[in-house]
Amino acid sequence: MHGFANPRRFLRLARWLVPATLALGLLLTATGLMWGLLRVPPDRLLGDTVRIMFVHVPAAWLGMGGWAGLTLAGVALLVWRHPLAAIAGRAMAVPGLVFTVICLVTGSIWGRPSWGTWWEWDGRLTSMLVLGFLYIAYIALSDAYARTAQLSAVPAIFALVGAINLPIINRSVVWWNSLHQPASITIGKNAIDTAYLWPLLVSALGMALLFGAATLMRMRALLAHIQAEARLRREASGAPAALARVGG
Amino acid sequence: MRLIAALLRRDVGMLLSGGKQGGSMLPLMFFLAVAALYPFAVGPDAAMLRRTGGGVVWIAALLASLLPVDRLIAPDLEDGTLDQLAIREVAEETVLAARIVAHWLSFAPLLLLATFVAAALFNLTGELLAYLLLGLLAGTPGLAALGVLTAALLSGVRSGPALGGLIFLPLAVPLVIFGAGSLVRLEPAAILLTAAVSLVLMAVAPFAGGAALRAAREDQA
Repeated sequence: MHGFANPRRFLRLARWLVPATLALGLLLTATGLMWGLLRVPPDRLLGDTVRIMFVHVPAAWLGMGGWAGLTLAGVALLVWRHPLAAIAGRAMAVPGLVFTVICLVTGSIWGRPSWGTWWEWDGRLTSMLVLGFLYIAYIALSDAYARTAQLSAVPAIFALVGAINLPIINRSVVWWNSLHQPASITIGKNAIDTAYLWPLLVSALGMALLFGAATLMRMRALLAHIQAEARLRREASGAPAALARVGG
Repeated sequence: MRLIAALLRRDVGMLLSGGKQGGSMLPLMFFLAVAALYPFAVGPDAAMLRRTGGGVVWIAALLASLLPVDRLIAPDLEDGTLDQLAIREVAEETVLAARIVAHWLSFAPLLLLATFVAAALFNLTGELLAYLLLGLLAGTPGLAALGVLTAALLSGVRSGPALGGLIFLPLAVPLVIFGAGSLVRLEPAAILLTAAVSLVLMAVAPFAGGAALRAAREDQA
């Protein structure tokens, strides 16, 4: 893993990984969504509104997966002092927030026809909303630290504390039985028809690749920003130009 | 042990009097002002105030415990007290644990007393007041731990109070849900859950906060 502690090696890999994940992600997302929106039969109970699932469910998975990624990056930074982990955490937070918001908005639109309400204070909805606020707090905190220390470990500690919310979201439909249905797809068990399952998995994989592409692009941008700042600082202090490297 | 007692004495004195920043009377006055403002905002209907007043007390308590966040750690960081303690190999976790207790002592007992006044303003019944007091007694240690954790997370940046609120409030949601939830159905179980959340926060805050203090110190180096 420490092979990538050198940002040059990471940047070389990211240069072709970004277009690859972006193109494949767009292709799979478009396929999954077209399949789900146009080809899948309407549901017996939900009718055509079931098609919202192909956006809503992958967004929910990625919203939670994003915070799991923040947590892993936080562990990598705190335990192994991996320098790229701080960058990865800051890069992942924004797409994570975007998918959480997509999940909340599509859920709200779905709730109106099927539950008769835009919003209900049930455990799943509330804990997902809290996840959105945690993302906003993480982004604000890491931005505040980035002004003085680009590779600060403090936001990582907040990510670890906020991870307490993840099992609460996951278990919320079991603990508080209210409007939101329990999980249909769990490891080793699946309660939805394959006609719905395949387009769902394709669009989930596509969106996950888009998440990865956005993260890699933001990591490259953050690294470039850090290099530019370091160069300005060196020039300001009048030191001879050395090899550009990452530094806080 | 002597060290912890000395830290506690010093922290309580500092937070209670607060030097030039007003000490613990200001959050208390703020708490009462929020409680007094609420009937103006929603109208003085006694039945409605009785039904919703307990929740307002919880929100006011939350905001009052958030107010002193910017002087829980920052003054000691600026005048070098924390560095002196680190040089003497006092663990950050010890310092923060003492500070959580001191923070609680400086706002919670006064807040519990002020709850009697708020209960009178909202026409709360004796039973509701009992649940409110028990819930606050169980929940305020968690709020104190969260306040100190937030202050430690912010120790490396100069930031406005909004960032503190942004970090503090989502983590405080479980306390409010269970604490204020105990008032709806008057269930002792909700008070126990509030106490459980409080205990988790008190157990996590010194270690997470200590790691944050050390990480912020490394950033400066």
